[in-house]
Amino acid sequence: MLVAGELAGQIRRRERSAREVVTEALDRVAGGDAAIRAFVRVCADAALAEAEALDRRIAAGEDPGPLAGVPVALKDNLCTKGLETTCGSRILEGWRPPYDATVVERLRSAGAITIGKANMDEFAMGSSTENSAAGPTRNPHDLSRVPGGSSGGSAAAVAAGFVPVALGSDTGGSIRQPAALCGVVGVKPTYGLVSRYGLVAFASSLDQIGPLTASVGDAALVLEVIGGHDPADSTSIDAPVPRLSDAVEAGVEGLRVGVCLELIDGVARDVEARVREAAEALSGAGAKVEDVSIPELRYGLSAYYLIAPAEASSNLARYDGVRYGLRVDAPDAAAMNKATRTAGFGAEVKRRIMLGTYALSAGYYDAYYAQAQRARTLVTRAFDRAYAQVDVLLGATSPTTAFPLGAKVDDPLAMYLSDVCTIPSNLAGHPAMSVPFGTGDDGLPVGVQVLAPALGEKELFRVGGVLESLAPPIALPALGALGSVERT
Amino acid sequence: MAISRDDVAYVAALARLELSEEELERYTVQLASILAHAADIAALDLSDLAPMAHPLPLKNVFRDDEPRPGLERDVVLAAAPAVEDHRFCVPRILGEEP
Amino acid sequence: MTPAAHDSGAWEWVVGLEVHCELQTATKLFCGCRNRFGDEPNTNICPVCLGLPGSLPVLNRQAVELAMRIGAALHCSVRPSIFHRKNYFYPDMPKDYQISQYDEPINVGGFLELPDGSRVGIVRAHLEEDTGKTTHVGGGGRVGSSEYSLVDYNRAGVPLVEIVSEPDIRSAEQARLYVSELRGILVATGASDGRMEEGSMRVDANISVRRVGSEQFGTRCEIKNLNSLRSLGRALEYEARRQIELLEAGETVVQETRHWDEEANRTTAMRSKEEAFDYRYFPEPDLVPLDPDPAWQRAVAASLGPMPADRRARILEVLGGTEASAQRDQVGVVVNQALDDLVLTAVDHGAPGSLALARAANEAAANPEAARRLDPKAFAQLILFEASGKLSSTQSKEVLGELLVRGGGDPEAIARAKGFEALAADALAAVIDEVIKANPAEWDSYLGGNDKVAGALIGKVMAATKGQADGKVVAAELRRLRSSS
Repeated sequence: MLVAGELAGQIRRRERSAREVVTEALDRVAGGDAAIRAFVRVCADAALAEAEALDRRIAAGEDPGPLAGVPVALKDNLCTKGLETTCGSRILEGWRPPYDATVVERLRSAGAITIGKANMDEFAMGSSTENSAAGPTRNPHDLSRVPGGSSGGSAAAVAAGFVPVALGSDTGGSIRQPAALCGVVGVKPTYGLVSRYGLVAFASSLDQIGPLTASVGDAALVLEVIGGHDPADSTSIDAPVPRLSDAVEAGVEGLRVGVCLELIDGVARDVEARVREAAEALSGAGAKVEDVSIPELRYGLSAYYLIAPAEASSNLARYDGVRYGLRVDAPDAAAMNKATRTAGFGAEVKRRIMLGTYALSAGYYDAYYAQAQRARTLVTRAFDRAYAQVDVLLGATSPTTAFPLGAKVDDPLAMYLSDVCTIPSNLAGHPAMSVPFGTGDDGLPVGVQVLAPALGEKELFRVGGVLESLAPPIALPALGALGSVERT
Repeated sequence: MAISRDDVAYVAALARLELSEEELERYTVQLASILAHAADIAALDLSDLAPMAHPLPLKNVFRDDEPRPGLERDVVLAAAPAVEDHRFCVPRILGEEP
Repeated sequence: MTPAAHDSGAWEWVVGLEVHCELQTATKLFCGCRNRFGDEPNTNICPVCLGLPGSLPVLNRQAVELAMRIGAALHCSVRPSIFHRKNYFYPDMPKDYQISQYDEPINVGGFLELPDGSRVGIVRAHLEEDTGKTTHVGGGGRVGSSEYSLVDYNRAGVPLVEIVSEPDIRSAEQARLYVSELRGILVATGASDGRMEEGSMRVDANISVRRVGSEQFGTRCEIKNLNSLRSLGRALEYEARRQIELLEAGETVVQETRHWDEEANRTTAMRSKEEAFDYRYFPEPDLVPLDPDPAWQRAVAASLGPMPADRRARILEVLGGTEASAQRDQVGVVVNQALDDLVLTAVDHGAPGSLALARAANEAAANPEAARRLDPKAFAQLILFEASGKLSSTQSKEVLGELLVRGGGDPEAIARAKGFEALAADALAAVIDEVIKANPAEWDSYLGGNDKVAGALIGKVMAATKGQADGKVVAAELRRLRSSS
C-alpha cells in the first residue's frame, strides 16, 4: 500500500522523482478508473508539469515540503483555480473557479500534486456516490457495490491505490462512511480546525474538510498540512494544529475508551463484532475500556435532517443562472431561475432543498428548525457528560458494509440511516475517525469509528494508530482485474 | 402536522423549482416520511435548551478595513451565461425588489 | 388631485421611517473589495461579494465601529448581536440571500431630538449588506416593462446601517426634519457622506392614519423609492390623503408596499407577487456572534465629536441666544452644511453674529462644498468689512461669491480689484500705516527729506499687498503723509 510520508521522503531524498511517482499514479488511474470511476476529471498535463517543476526545485536544493511529489485526489467540491469544479452537479458544469480553496493552496505549498477531481454525490448530498451527474463510482473491493458517500470518489481513489491521499468533506459522515466502506482511513476534524474557504457549502455549520488516506500516519501528516487558522474563514479556530504524527506512535496506555452502545446497537452483527474486537485490542494495548450509553445520540439523525437541508436550501439558492454555471433561458428572470434550477439539480438535491425550505418557512421554523437546533444542544451536552468519564468513544462508522448499487436509491430515509452513527460528531463539531478493522461476513471492509471531544485529535490519532497496527489484514482490491497498469 | 401537497408546491415555488404532478406526489410522500421520523424530536420538551447555531464558542471575528485585490472583470464575466456592457445580463425582472 | 372633501383635522398620521445609510468604509462589509461609488461596472468584485461557491464572509471591523458610532449618536445601547440570512431571489443579490441583522441587532432603543424639540424614538440601527445595481434596458428603463436588465455588483456587499424609527412622526414636515437631522448626525459621526442623490442614504416610509385621539394603529403601507426630502414629503402627503379618502368612503386600507412615482406624483401598489415573501430568516452559520466589549464601546462613544444639536446650541450661545425662528432655521442650515466654523470664527474676530450667520446660511451655504474649504479667517475679515460699512451688503456678497468660486483668497484684494473704492483707499492706508510702523528708521529718514528711501517703503507696501497696490498711488500717499505730518 502506498504511504504518502514515505513517498515524499523518497522524493525529497531524490531516490525517486516526482515525475516518476505522478506518472505512475496517472497510469494506475488510466488503467483502473474506467471500471471504478473515482475521478470525474484528471489533470494529467498540469500534474506532470507541477511534478517536473518540483523535481527542478529539489535539484536546486529546495525542500518542497512534507508532501513533496505526493499525488492527491480532491473531492470535486473543493475549488481549484482554472480547473473545473462541478460538485457532481449539472448546474455547475463547465465552471472553472477563479480561485483556489485554502486547503488546495496548503497542499500545494507542502509539495502535493493534484492529479484530478474525485466524484461525489451532488453537492455532497448522499451516502453512496450514486447522486452524481457524472454517474456512480464503484467500490474497488466489489464493483457491484457502492463506495459510500458523499466522498465516494475520494475513498475509492485511495482504496484502489490510485493515490495515497485524497481530500473529502464531511457534513454528516461523508468522509468516514465511504472510508469505512472502502477500507481506508478517514478523518473528520474538529469543526473549525480546517478552513472551509473554497469548499462549496452544503451545510455550513456542519461541513468540515478532512483526509482520506491509506494509513493513519498519512492522515495525521495531511491534517497537519491543511489544518490551522485561516483569516478567510470566520469559523476557523485561531490556534496551531497539534503535532498529530507523534500521536500516531504514542500508544493508548492509560487512555479511557468508551464503547458507545448507541453506536453499535442496531448495526449489522458482523460490524458490531469488529467494534467489540477493536475495543478488546485497545484494552490489550493498555487502554481502560468500558461501555458507555448516550441515549440522546438517537435524536441526532432527526436534528441533522432538518438542520443540514435548511442550511443547504439557503446555500444552494445562488445557483440561479445569473453569474456562472448553467442557464436555461426563459422570458423573465424568475422563470429563468426556475428553469435553470429545475434542469440543473438532481432529485436528492431538490428533495433536501424543499425539506430545508419547509423547515425554515413561516409557521414551521420553531417546530422544525429551532427545535432541531435545541436537539443539537441536547446531543452536544450528552457528549460532554460522556467525555467527563472517558477520553474517546468507539462505535461503528457505518451500520453495514458496502451495499449494492441501487439498493437504497428509491428510499431516501433508508439512505439517510447510513449516516446514523456519524452524524452526532458533526452536530457537536467534534472530531472523529474511521479506521479499517477487519471485514464483514461478506469479506468487505468494516470501519471502526473513534470519536473525541472538540480538539481531541491527538487522542483520536493515538487510538487510530494502535487500531491500525492491530487490525486484521484486509485483502487489497483485486486491481489486476480492473485493467492493465500499463499506460494506454 | 403532516406535510401536504400544497405545502410541497409552496416550498417548491419559494425555492424556484418546477415540479411535475408526478414529482409533487412523490416528494410529498417522501418528505412526509422524513418529517415523520423527525417527530421524535418534535415530541421532546427542549424549552430549557438554547438553540445551537454554531459548534464553536467563537465571537468577534473581524478583518481590518484594508482593500485587497479582487477578481479580473473579464475572468468573471467570461464565466457568466450572458453579458452586455461589462454587466451580467438577465431576462426582464417582473417584480420590484421586496 | 382634487382637494379632499374632509376635515383633515380629524385625522392623525402615524409615520415611521427606515433609513438605509451606506457606511464610508474603505472596503465592503464582508470582503476586501473597495467600497467606492461610481467606478466602472464590476471592477470591485471578488469571490465573496459575487457569492461564488465556496466563498465565506469575514466582518469588517470598521463597519462595526461606524455602526456603533451611529448608535451612540442616537442614544442607542449596544447589544450582543448576530447576523441572519434573509432568503429571497433577486438578480442583484449574488447569494440570493442578504446577510442582515434580524432579531438581535447591534443597536437598540435610542432617540433623535429634532430642532423643534420633538423626539423620535429609534427602534434599532443594524448592520446589513447592500445589493448590486440593476439597470433596466428598454421599456423606459423601468422594472417590469423593460426588455432585460443588466447587473453591476460593485455595490453588492457595501456596508449599510438601517435605522428604524418608532412610528412617532406625525407630519410631512416632521418627517423631513427627521431625515435632515439624521443626515446631519450621520455626517457628523463620519459614518456617511449623507448624499441622498447618490443613494448613500435611502428612505422607506411606513404610514397609517387614525382618528385623532385613537390609540390604535391603522393599517399601514410601506412606501419605497423616496430619493429626496422633497419626494418624502410629497409621497407622505399623497399617501395620507389616499388612505383618509379610502377610510372616509367606508373602504379599507390594504397593507402593501407602494412605490413612489416621482413623475406622476403618486404612490402605486407594487405589482402583486406571484409568491408570498417568506424570508426564512435563520442565523448566518458562516459568521460568529458580535459582542463589542465595554472598553471598545466606551472608546467609540468618547471619540464622537459634537452632534448637530450640540453644535446648534453652541452657535445660538455665541449669538447670545435667539428665539427668532428665521435665525434658528439659519443655524440649522449652517450646522447641516458643516459651516459652523465660519460663524464661530467670525464672532471670535469680533464680527456681529447675526450678520455672519446670515452670510453663512445664505450665500456660503449656496455653494457648501466650496464654503467648507473657505478659510474662516477670510470669511471673518469680510464680515468685519461689511459690518464696518467698508463694503455694502451687495459688495460683500459679491466678494464672498468670488471667494467661493476661487476657492479662497484675500477679501480685501478682491474688493480692491473689483474697485470697491471705500475699501481700496482705506485698506491701502492701513497697509501703509503698518509699513511705516514697522520701519521707523526709514520713515524718519523719509520725513527728513531723503526721497531715496521712498522706493524701499513703496516696495514693502507692494509686498504686503502682494502687488495689488498701484505704486504711483502709494508714492502719492507717502508724500501726502509727509506733508501733513
